[in-house]
Formats: sequence, structure tokens, C-alpha cells
Amino acid sequence: MNNQRRATLKAGGGLGMLGLLAAAGLIKPELAEAAWNKGAFDAKTLDAAMSAMGAGKPMESADVQISAPDIAENGAVVPVGVVSNLPNTEQISIMIEKNPNMLAASFDIPAGTLPDVQTRVKMGQTSDVYAVVKADGKFYMAKKEIKVTLGGCGG
Amino acid sequence: MANPMRIRAAAKEGVTEVRVLMSHVMETGQRKDSSGALIPAHFITELTAKHNDKVVLSAQFGASVSTNPYLAFKFNGGAKGDKVTVSWVDNKGDSRSDEVQVS
Amino acid sequence: MRNALKLVAVAVAAVVVAGTATAQSTADDIAKYREMIADGNPAELYEMQGEELWRTLRGPKKATLEKCDLGMGPGVVKGASARMPRYFKDTGMVQDLESRLLTCMETLQGIDPKLVIDGKFNSGERKTMDALVAYVVTHSKGDAIKVDMSNPKMKELYALGERAFYYRAGPMDFSCATCHGEDDKRIRLQDLPNLTTHKGAAAGWGSWPAYRVSNSQFWTMQHRLNDCFRQQRTAEPIYASEVTIALSVYMAAKANGGEVMTPGLKR
Repeated sequence: MNNQRRATLKAGGGLGMLGLLAAAGLIKPELAEAAWNKGAFDAKTLDAAMSAMGAGKPMESADVQISAPDIAENGAVVPVGVVSNLPNTEQISIMIEKNPNMLAASFDIPAGTLPDVQTRVKMGQTSDVYAVVKADGKFYMAKKEIKVTLGGCGG
Repeated sequence: MANPMRIRAAAKEGVTEVRVLMSHVMETGQRKDSSGALIPAHFITELTAKHNDKVVLSAQFGASVSTNPYLAFKFNGGAKGDKVTVSWVDNKGDSRSDEVQVS
Repeated sequence: MRNALKLVAVAVAAVVVAGTATAQSTADDIAKYREMIADGNPAELYEMQGEELWRTLRGPKKATLEKCDLGMGPGVVKGASARMPRYFKDTGMVQDLESRLLTCMETLQGIDPKLVIDGKFNSGERKTMDALVAYVVTHSKGDAIKVDMSNPKMKELYALGERAFYYRAGPMDFSCATCHGEDDKRIRLQDLPNLTTHKGAAAGWGSWPAYRVSNSQFWTMQHRLNDCFRQQRTAEPIYASEVTIALSVYMAAKANGGEVMTPGLKR
């Protein structure tokens, strides 16, 4: 567990710089790619994804809030925002339980950045959406069910 | 060559809010084309945002992020005229970097 | 007997009320969803490309579109699409935004309109058109729809548009009015605007062109109309043809005074 956590931390720390260097054309993108948490993004179960993130079994916390609609008219674009009121929040991740790959995005929050991010995700079907927050080295989570209405045709 | 991002950064009461729209297909690798062949995955994997030279957000994306990704976040500080730069890399090695001045 | 009937009536009324309440709360939730995605419309990405294209030297004449007259004078984009379709003296025709842009591309840049008219959606010069349209319509956002119907040619096209709107055709015997001619029609959860009324036309006409999240594409009004014909299972209309412009005149005239909400964001 501890080793895993350290490995994840190390990977997380190297990310931004490598990504930037790659973007600037200074290094080959494959190198930056190596820092991307493949294990977590390729995980097919919630437990496997959590474990690859070093999150284990995070405890549910009221200090983690998900802002998302109860119903999404279209699963292709589902707005999800996460706010953490936990001190020293370092990382926020968004997971969709019923997607083939459940980890959608993971944000590293350096000091000075507010633990408040919003993005949009795809959802194949109605599912619980998890916000996993790492604060002070510990993992917490919140979940919310989002219903997806599929189908419809034309415009 | 990837298309430019639209970045908006606005400072208000000591906090700068950044909103980014990226132009990217974010192909999951699960869809099939009209001939039944699997369309290969193609999506942004990493993103870095900087305020002047300081990293204010780094993110990893999976294929579940929507096409033409949207991202909004806030950081402390930032003043009118400061530089905000956002860069991304995708799984095929394509990349894009754009900058904007804080308004 | 009478009492039993009354009971049934009450029960039915209760079910209807409950059903309506559910539908109402679903509609509210969907409205909330739409509000949450309204900020950061990916149409902005097309608008940026369009703005760039407007100022790019293109075509055999290596010219920009900066002298294009959309009806407000050469190069004036602000408020232009809120007043279109309109009659243009120089061409002697009523033109919608796309057909007018074709005129500008041809006269200023030397680009053959056939590249767009005979093209395919989402590729080549039609893609260029998407971006240009996104750019222009963004600059009428918030304006009032203000189509000048005083010109006799506009009246002529309105009449043609009205006929086309009610014209039934194809294997299903559909017309535009089949789906858009009555209040409170829906396809699944989507409310269909009644385009024969001011309110419906303002909602429909006022919010297209739009970015569609279901296919991640920006659709011009020409593209939107083309898809209506597809859903009628009738022949595809020719891009920028008179009947497509006539349908736009019909909708825009009904929508007059409503708010321009373009570029819209659709499911």
C-alpha cells in the first residue's frame, strides 16, 4: 500500500513538467506518456482503479461535494464539478462506475489552487459518479447518481 | 496540427478563474465506424496550466472526458495582464499550447 | 353507479396530476442540465476558427472576407445575422447567411460556390462555411430578430416558405408541420417548437445555428434544414437553394422580435 502510494506520488509529481516539455517539443511525447497513470485509467473495476491510484477504500466525506445534474439529457456531455472542503487537498479525481474505463480525469491541485474543478464527461448509462479526493495524504470520496436519458433522434 | 484552445481567465477579488475549451475528438476506442472497424482511441492524456511560470493545475485525462473538453478551475492571486498558459498532450503525441492574458 | 364513476374520475385525475408532476420535475431537471452546460459552448471553437478565416487570404483572388457586405455595409458583422434573410440589391435576391457568404466568397475570393453547394457536410468548404457562420452569428447574440419584410421579394419568399412548410411528401407523407405545426409536441424528452407561432419560431429560429453535443458538430441552418428533409425521408434540398431560403424567411418572419440566442447548444 505504502509503496504503491509512493509510486503514484512520484508519477504525479513528474507529470506537469514532462507534459510541458513534450508540449514545447523538447522531449518525445512517449516520455511524458509514461507518467500517465495507465494502470488507473485502464482499470475495469472501481476497486482496481482505486488501488492503482493508491486510494484503497476511501471513506465517504461530506466535505467532498459533487455538483452535477440529476438527469443528463445527453450522456455525451455530462457536467461534473467537484469541490473539496478538506484542508490540504492535493488531488481530485472523477470516476464513473458504469463506464468501461471508470477513471475519467484526475487533477493535481498545487498549493494556491482552489480545490474546485469542473469538467464534462461521457456516460454510457445511468451510473454513480465518484469524486475521490486526496487530502493530507488520505483519500476521501463522495458519490452521486446521474441518470442518463439516451436515444432521441435528429435535432 | 491541433486547433487552438479557447482560454478565458478572469481575476476577481484575489481569485483568478480559468475556463478552457479544447478542440479534440476524445475518441474512446470503443466506437465502430460505418464499416464496422473499431475507431482507435485518440484522446488528451495530460494537461498543464501555468500562471506566469508557476504550475497551477496538472491533470490526467482518460477517454471518458467529453469531446471538445471543457475545464474550469480557480487559483489564488493573478492580476490583469498576467499570463495563463494551458498545454496538452494526447495519446498519439499531438500537443497544443495556448496562452491568454488575465482580464 | 354515479359514485363509482366519480371515484374513477378522481383516481384518473390523480394519476394525470402525478404524471404531470413527474414530467414537470423531469423537465426542470433537464432545464438545470442545460443551464449547467450553457457556459463554455464548444461552438466558441468554431467561432474562433471563423474569425481567423474571415481575415485569411484565400481563394484564387487571395483575398479576405473583410469587405464582405452582409447587409450592414462592407465588413460589418455585428448584428448582421439578426437581420437575415434579407433582400440584397446587388444580387437582386433574398439571401440567408450561407448564400450571402457564398456570394462574398465568390466575388471577393474567387471561390466557386459549387465547392459548397455540391460538397459534403463536415468536410472541405462546407466546413469552412460552418466556422464562418459560427463567427457571424455569435455577433448577433442577444440582439432582437429583426427581419425586414417590406420588400416584395421577401413576401414572395415567405409565401413559398409557408407552402414548403405544409407540403407533405415522401413515403411517410410528412411535412415540416407534422412535427412543428402544433403546440406541446415531443420526441421523447425533447419539446418540439411550434414554428407556426411567434413563440415557437422565436425558440427554434432564435437558437440555430447550434453546436450539437450528440455528434459534437456545429450545424448551420442549411444543415439543420437538410436534416429535417432527411427525417421526412424526402429528397435532400440543394444547399442554399431558394426553397431553403424561403423556409428560413418563413421562420424568421414568425420569430421577428424574438431574441437571437446563437450559437445555440443542443442535445
